[in-house]
Amino acid sequence: MMRLLRSAYVVGRRDFAATVLSKAFIFFLLGPLFPLLLGGLFGGIGARVATQAERPTIVVAMAHEDYGHVAMARDRLARAMGNAAVVRLIHVPNRPGEQVDPMPLLNSRELRPLAVLTGRIGDAQLTGNVRKGDPTVQQVQLFVDPGWSQESSSTSLGVTVVEGAAGGSLAKERALTAQIGQMLLFFLTILLSGMVLSQLIEEKSNKIIEVIAAAVPIDALFIGKLFAMLAASVLGIAVWLAAGALLIDIIKPGGVQTLPQPALGWPAFLLLGTVYFATNYLLLGAVFLMIGAQASTVREVQTLSMPVTFGQVLVFGFAATAIGSSFSNEALAAAIFPLSSPMVMLAFAAERPEVWPHAVAILWQALWVLLLLWVGARLFRRTVLKSGPTKRWYQGWFGTTARHIP
Amino acid sequence: MLRQAQAEPIKVDAAVEAVDLVKDFGATRAVGGISLRVPAGTIYGLLGPNGAGKTTTLRMLLGIIDPSSGTRSVLGHGRPIDAAPEVGYLPEERGLYPAMTAREAIAFMGALRGVPLGEGRRRADALLAEHDLADWARKPIRNLSKGMAQTVQLLGTIVHQPRLIVLDEPFSGLDAINQGRLEALIRREAVGGATIIFSTHVIAHAERLCERIAIIAQGRVAFEGSVDDARGQLRPIVRLRTGADDGPWRAALPEKAQREGGLWVFELPEGGPEPLLKALLEGGAGIETLAIERPGLHDAFVAIAGNAAAVSMGKAQAA
Repeated sequence: MMRLLRSAYVVGRRDFAATVLSKAFIFFLLGPLFPLLLGGLFGGIGARVATQAERPTIVVAMAHEDYGHVAMARDRLARAMGNAAVVRLIHVPNRPGEQVDPMPLLNSRELRPLAVLTGRIGDAQLTGNVRKGDPTVQQVQLFVDPGWSQESSSTSLGVTVVEGAAGGSLAKERALTAQIGQMLLFFLTILLSGMVLSQLIEEKSNKIIEVIAAAVPIDALFIGKLFAMLAASVLGIAVWLAAGALLIDIIKPGGVQTLPQPALGWPAFLLLGTVYFATNYLLLGAVFLMIGAQASTVREVQTLSMPVTFGQVLVFGFAATAIGSSFSNEALAAAIFPLSSPMVMLAFAAERPEVWPHAVAILWQALWVLLLLWVGARLFRRTVLKSGPTKRWYQGWFGTTARHIP
Repeated sequence: MLRQAQAEPIKVDAAVEAVDLVKDFGATRAVGGISLRVPAGTIYGLLGPNGAGKTTTLRMLLGIIDPSSGTRSVLGHGRPIDAAPEVGYLPEERGLYPAMTAREAIAFMGALRGVPLGEGRRRADALLAEHDLADWARKPIRNLSKGMAQTVQLLGTIVHQPRLIVLDEPFSGLDAINQGRLEALIRREAVGGATIIFSTHVIAHAERLCERIAIIAQGRVAFEGSVDDARGQLRPIVRLRTGADDGPWRAALPEKAQREGGLWVFELPEGGPEPLLKALLEGGAGIETLAIERPGLHDAFVAIAGNAAAVSMGKAQAA
């Protein structure tokens, strides 16, 4: 066993170094950042444009005292609804009791307001392209209401906090976390495990497969290659997660802390996410390695990629049935089916607080990783290296004949 | 080079033993029942034309493929892969990772056989320097010439100081100088105690290097023994020039004697040279020259494997 692991380590170390220390790996790392950066950039611009478009500007041509009242009322509304939902105010001060003509202000190219608020609290006038009942008019109506700006309220509301309760809204949020987690796991695996398909092409085309097959068990070759690609993928994900978290912190007020909390809490969820990514990658990777090992050219690998991708989508669809119904028959079946099990269990971690099912699932998935690698190595020896007896089951009954190469 | 110290090396008389190895690829029988015994510490040659089954036999002996039937043991291990740390193998189709440097390639091949990477690098540097490739040690394989890359792979084959070295057509693709170097390396490894098995279709290499050979033809062992034994399969050849064209001495010549450029050429009769000489002298042959030549391995190969196989090997050699 030690020799098997040592041999796998030698193969894996070579593959990891060859992958990570190549120039192509820089593009591999940068690849997913392009859509993220572009998304962030255009999203940011779009949001700013949308905010500016959706937040009308009101010029307040009032005396300081009256404007103070309006501004306080606006702040109170902004705290309740968010700043982006409340109109912008621009103060153009004037003397108390002074009559102001709103038209020059309304037509100002510099200010470009939707409307101009004039007069005083209790006797204010809004002039502009607005109608009664517009949200903007409704808001301004609150600002000039003498009672609205007062911080203290005559009515009191008691608040009781219950930790861990999964009411309708919380369950929905956790389902969202489960869904996002599953999607992330699916996309990361589909993007990264595809590389495993072509892992043996290099050895086969370089003919170095003979040297390796004579020196180490084929199982070690498979294990080494799979774990090397897992390690390279984890390295990539670490970079992407760090960049992603930074991006979220930049574009979303409050950062990653505002994402819905999973049932097991963030630390456990992230730990399980890492473990399930590893098992998902190893399970699919073992299957891909097995399939890819049968291919002898890059073209064959490319041809195999499409059905393999569709297969993954099917598995993802199966796993998605578990969200929101953790103990249904479908969810149980998807948790037992090894290829969908990691995705189902990640969703389970988001929705349910139980820990023991994860221990069982991880053991179950690890068992299948070993089984698939074992089968893959034997299939490789049998079909690619043409090793072993050629008798089929029926030839045991009817005998076999073989002719010598002339 | 000293052999690598093994934890508990199994002492064996025969480095490799194979009994009735058969290999079928689908309906095609590539090897049809080969039995071999390679004594430890010898240089052993597998001779045969292309397609005879040499490479398939070697791959079965090394455990790269399992036989359809039959058994084999390598350095006392029933499963050849268990002996892998003590075995070096140079396949017929050479292969290295093109992006790897020469020293890393050698160290990697050593690591596959259990040599720690640091030690492998140290040995790689020494071996490369020994073979005038020190300047290429840190260059990628893709920048090396074919001959250099082949040398690097050969060095990777012996970097772990194996007890058994298996070389499949090691001389193919090498120029005369590198062939000479390889021969020297094989001899040196043998002096160091390693058992060496190599396949070749160049009879001259086998004749110069091998203590024992197996001639494989059509997936079977047509002959197994020493080079002398192989040559001993044939009677010595007599080349005779006489002064007399005819006379009673003609009765001393065998029926199959042939005229070749004024010479009589025939196999030495069973009785040996003395009765022949006596009959020629008494018959008034007027002997001008008489040479008795021992047949070469090539002649023995033709006689054992058949003329078609010899022609095939000659073509392969020329190619």
